[in-house]
Amino acid sequence: MDIKAYITLAMVLFCTGIVGVLIRRNAIIIFMCIELMLNSVNLLLVAFSKMHALSPAVKASPTYAADAQIFVFFIMVVAAAEVSVGLAIIVMLYRHTKSIDINFLNRLKN
Amino acid sequence: MNNVLQISWLIPILPLIGFLINGLGRKQLSKSVSGFLGSVVVLVAFCLSAWVFLQVLSGNTGTVNYFDFIHVGKLSIPFGFKIDQLSALFLLIITGIGFLIHVYSISYMHGESSADFAKYFSFMNLFVFSMLILVMAENFAIMYIGWEGVGICSYFLIGYWFKNKDYTNAGKKAFIMNRIGDLGFLLAAFWFISKTGSVSFDKVFAPEAIKSLTNVDITAITLLLLVGATGKSAQIPLYTWLPDAMAGPTPVSALIHAATMVTAGVYMIARSNILYSMAPLSQTVVAIVGLATAVLAATIALKQNDIKKVLAYSTISQLGYMFLALGVGAYTGAIFHVMTHAFFKALLFLGAGSVIHAMSGEQDMRNMGGLKKHMPITHITFLLACFAIAGIPPFSGFFSKDEILAAAFAKSPVYWIIGVLTAVMTAFYMFRLYAMTFKGNFRGTHEQEHHLHESPSLITIPLIVLAILSVIGGFVGIPEVFAANGHHLNNFLEPVFRDSNKILAHHSLTHSTEYALMAVSVVGAVIGLVIAWKKFAAYQKTDSAESGLGKLLANKWYVDELYNSIIVKPMYALGNFLNNVVEKKGIDGLVNGTGRLVNYGSRQLRWLQSGQVGAYILLMVLGMLGLFIIQLFL
Repeated sequence: MDIKAYITLAMVLFCTGIVGVLIRRNAIIIFMCIELMLNSVNLLLVAFSKMHALSPAVKASPTYAADAQIFVFFIMVVAAAEVSVGLAIIVMLYRHTKSIDINFLNRLKN
Repeated sequence: MNNVLQISWLIPILPLIGFLINGLGRKQLSKSVSGFLGSVVVLVAFCLSAWVFLQVLSGNTGTVNYFDFIHVGKLSIPFGFKIDQLSALFLLIITGIGFLIHVYSISYMHGESSADFAKYFSFMNLFVFSMLILVMAENFAIMYIGWEGVGICSYFLIGYWFKNKDYTNAGKKAFIMNRIGDLGFLLAAFWFISKTGSVSFDKVFAPEAIKSLTNVDITAITLLLLVGATGKSAQIPLYTWLPDAMAGPTPVSALIHAATMVTAGVYMIARSNILYSMAPLSQTVVAIVGLATAVLAATIALKQNDIKKVLAYSTISQLGYMFLALGVGAYTGAIFHVMTHAFFKALLFLGAGSVIHAMSGEQDMRNMGGLKKHMPITHITFLLACFAIAGIPPFSGFFSKDEILAAAFAKSPVYWIIGVLTAVMTAFYMFRLYAMTFKGNFRGTHEQEHHLHESPSLITIPLIVLAILSVIGGFVGIPEVFAANGHHLNNFLEPVFRDSNKILAHHSLTHSTEYALMAVSVVGAVIGLVIAWKKFAAYQKTDSAESGLGKLLANKWYVDELYNSIIVKPMYALGNFLNNVVEKKGIDGLVNGTGRLVNYGSRQLRWLQSGQVGAYILLMVLGMLGLFIIQLFL
């Protein structure tokens, strides 16, 4: 498949993530959008890695062909850990403010 | 170097020790201890100076270097002393007269509290120390230490009674005027360094170094040195500080006028004689400055009523003579006059001090009169000093003044005529001073008359010693016409001025001319004397104010007012302008403006920090987009 299709998909996902972060006020949805952006980049990484592996120069010595795929798994593991922390924070926020609307989270101002 | 002169460092160090002990222990020392200590260090320095003088007399001269004072790149300035005929003579004058003045001060200042008394002696010692450094210095840098030292000491001592605002202002005036001159001295020293790479006298006055200087260099250096000398030696245009310096205690005036400070300029020019001899333009300038100062100061002295002011202007006038001598190449004459002037001027000031002491602080001659019968010793010594300064033979002033006038005549008769005119005026104002003070009837209050007394022996003994010196001091320089080879001072100083004498053209006067010149100046002086005596012996106080020329003279030609309006006022105006406009509007505006800008800017930027997470993220995205665009498209 053409690499452009992957790039386009990644861009669409990333922009969706950005727009979601910008316009939504629900903390959980914003969090999901951030994950979406992260994973769109992951997708791009895998796609480029595959493209790279298929190039003639690398074909001769396919040692590094699978590196990026493994790398992405690590990213997803770390992201999962980060998500658990993030969700824990959101839960604590909810307990404090009875809301997960980020517009109420301006208490540090002044 | 194993020269016995090596130990000459003891001479200046002794007064310095006296200064430190008296200065630091002023709260603990009793008056008798500090007075004794202050005098004795100078006495020991005098004994050492006499020993050095004898060494020099037997032909042992030289330069002793102790350590490197400044060492930068190729420039090396050693800390050293130059002991030769000129400095040895000055050492004797400074420590000898200085000692007498110290002894005198013990009695004169007894009314001060003991802390002030010790302070006074510490400053006097520091003054002597500075002057010794100045004359012993081996190079211009060390000389500058002494040069500045006497400046600061004069400030301390003129403003000694610092609770009086006028006195402190007089001190400041002296210091600032001196600083103006010092700049010239400093520039000359820098000029030496840039052209010859050295400031040592032995090097810069050596024939090789002088060859490397162009005529322009020599003229510029000598003129700059002259600026320095006019400041220290109170010549036109920087002389106005000296009359104001009368604010200090009278012995201080004696020290400034006789032994230290004002002779520094004469010494420095005599030291640089070779350069002046090579720069005819500078010589002419020196002569004209000296002559103009001599006349101007003498005219002012005619109408002053303050006993110390008259003496101050007479000092300026006599210094003018010395500069005239330097300008016409009669270096020995100048040094001779420094010496005789030191004797009779110290005597005059100390005598005036004795009078002021007896009059309980009164300085106005109009309130004196008839002191002859109350103060016999002061009277007789003062009279001798007046004869000496008026140039009546055979008193010391006659010989030195005559030598200068003869040299001036050889150069140009115009110089001589003006010189003689000044001599006549000198005789007139000195005997006006004498007659108003000692002759006639007492014109002060009854209280003062009741208090009149001869001063104690600590005051009269220095007067007697100085009187003897004033009478016989001239005999070291008997002119050729009276006795062949009678000018011992000339023979003694000959090595110092040898190179100059080779360069300068010699005008030898015939003996008959010289006799005629002497006769004219002596007759002139006697006429001045007699007129003054006749006019003021029976002086009565009048209330009529001076008018016309008299008013002009009594107000010192309005020079102070002139300086005030053309220099001081514009300076104040400039200062006000800088303060109000440049400082307050410009610099303060800039600084405060910066602060206000930051303040305003932050208040505006504060709106960005809304606390809304969404807004932050939006800005972050926009920022990243911006970076992205810059990276890709620009």
